[in-house]
Amino acid sequence: MKSKCLRVLYNKELADHLNSKRFIIILFLVAITGLSAIYASAYGIRSAVEQENNSFVFLRLFTASGNSIPSFVSFISFLGPLVGLALGFDSINGEVNRGSLSRLLAQPIPRDTVINGKFLAGVSIITLMVLTMGLAIGGLGIIMIGIPPTTDEILRIIVFLVLTILYISLWLAISQLFSLLLRQTATSALACIAVWLFLSVFVGLLSGAIAGALFPADKAGTVEALLSKSKLELMINRISPSTVYNEAVITMLNPGVRALGFITQDQLIGAIPGVLPFSQSLLIIWPHLVSLIAATMICFAVSYVFFMKQEIRM
Amino acid sequence: MTDKKVIIRTQGLTKQYKDITAVNSLDLEIYEGEIFGLLGPNGAGKTTTILMLLGLTEPTKGIAEINGLDTIKETIKVKKTVGYLPDHVGFYEDMTGRENLRFVARLNDIKKEEIEDRIDNLLERVKLTNAADKKVGTYSRGMKQRLGIADTLMKDPKIIILDEPTLGLDPEGINDMLGLIAELARKDKRTVLISSHLLHQVQRICDRVGIFVDGELLAVGPIDTLGEKVFKDKNLTLELGISPVDDKLISLIKSINEDVKIRNEENRIFVESREDIRKELIKALSDNNYELLFLKQSGRDLDDIYSQYFCEKEGVKK
Repeated sequence: MKSKCLRVLYNKELADHLNSKRFIIILFLVAITGLSAIYASAYGIRSAVEQENNSFVFLRLFTASGNSIPSFVSFISFLGPLVGLALGFDSINGEVNRGSLSRLLAQPIPRDTVINGKFLAGVSIITLMVLTMGLAIGGLGIIMIGIPPTTDEILRIIVFLVLTILYISLWLAISQLFSLLLRQTATSALACIAVWLFLSVFVGLLSGAIAGALFPADKAGTVEALLSKSKLELMINRISPSTVYNEAVITMLNPGVRALGFITQDQLIGAIPGVLPFSQSLLIIWPHLVSLIAATMICFAVSYVFFMKQEIRM
Repeated sequence: MTDKKVIIRTQGLTKQYKDITAVNSLDLEIYEGEIFGLLGPNGAGKTTTILMLLGLTEPTKGIAEINGLDTIKETIKVKKTVGYLPDHVGFYEDMTGRENLRFVARLNDIKKEEIEDRIDNLLERVKLTNAADKKVGTYSRGMKQRLGIADTLMKDPKIIILDEPTLGLDPEGINDMLGLIAELARKDKRTVLISSHLLHQVQRICDRVGIFVDGELLAVGPIDTLGEKVFKDKNLTLELGISPVDDKLISLIKSINEDVKIRNEENRIFVESREDIRKELIKALSDNNYELLFLKQSGRDLDDIYSQYFCEKEGVKK
């Protein structure tokens, strides 16, 4: 019974998303930016491949930036949140304003199926979008650069796509939370955008300022102060999901990345320059993966509790 | 009344918001098959009561039972037997009326083979067959409200709760709506609970009403007995239209009963008396060749009962 209700609600939400103009606009935006980034980087790669011997050409497709066009990865890390926010910012308060929520909850369904159905439908849409994009870009990449990906590269791309799904889902959970806490859809949309801008732009600016104030390390600063400053800066930056996502994606798509954060010269002594195997890269980003999942779960759990306790008046 | 089965029962039902008591220790019994009107001004706590009956809001104190089921502990079972039409009912506007009903049918786990037949029947019943495949966004308020009735009937409920069903409808819409609601109880033998602040509308169809002001139920009963209770010490006022109006007429009325007070307001005669003199009055008028245009008993309909209670309540407060 419960699973059947969930399926009915899920199907309805899915259909709503797919039919909405908002979804089409977002899809269009992401597709255009994504394709232009890939196109630019593929052109860059052609010359790069001729010059140097790089064994991970295919991954470059995602990380390399063409002239004046940022890389695909940085596009996603900036626009991904927008997709998540657009899918969720009115999921609950929109229904409240339309008056359909009380009608829905007057049906013999467990209350949590409503919010579960909405979240699952959103995640499905995101998954669909990300996988489609991944496959399209992969296919396009093979055609454009003429080099098929190796198994290692495919694995890395899969992890990249999973990370992207998680990252956008986190923003979906955030926006769903706002749609519960705020009555007006316009307010929740604004709040979502404010959080998005704060976390993806201002945290980066603030972290430098705060760390600099706490550990004033100018030219005369000690090594310890410099080290503490940069550690603190990184920690503050990691409050933002974008930083976590970016670190994880860079590590995954660039096998040359061996560690994240600040490394001293003596830590590097004896290290042989080379690429990490897939499993080791995955190990580095494991905390990132877990924290993205955890943050999504926390956001969802908070909205779940709120929703179960909320009084449905309208 | 004892032979009737109680289907909705609340005991000491209380809902407290931070500093306001929305519903204060409500004891209510509604019998199977009747139309019960919960009447009161806006903000009296009618909607809160309904939400508690449906388990959409938890009461601070007290219990509510529908069909013997506790509304908080067995919310889902309760919702299977109760159809609820909220005020300002909202549908998914970019879905058609039929699709909206289908969605609700699926949520209610109705068998696939039955769904379409049931939708057709219900649409026919609320006279929306022609608009069935139009998007709800294009519906008028009256159509939406009728679709709302179809929507609550989808699960074939024993009890139907309607919150302000006539709000914002034009006179014709109100008539359609009230007709539909009366049919639900009389023909289908369902129990109907209506909440409204528009007294004269619902009094036409209610078997019993409860006057609900400031979270408290002031009186319950059939409208006539409520009137008797309230007005037992008050005079009966008749409003008459008589042609022609002259001095002889006044003395004629006086001759029936000495104690009457007569007022003449622009050819409408108000006769206030302690006893019911209608029979004698009509006879006297026709014997003396006066033409009776209309006769209205004023001061005894729900509006008056309601304002009477309301005044008493206000008086107590002061």
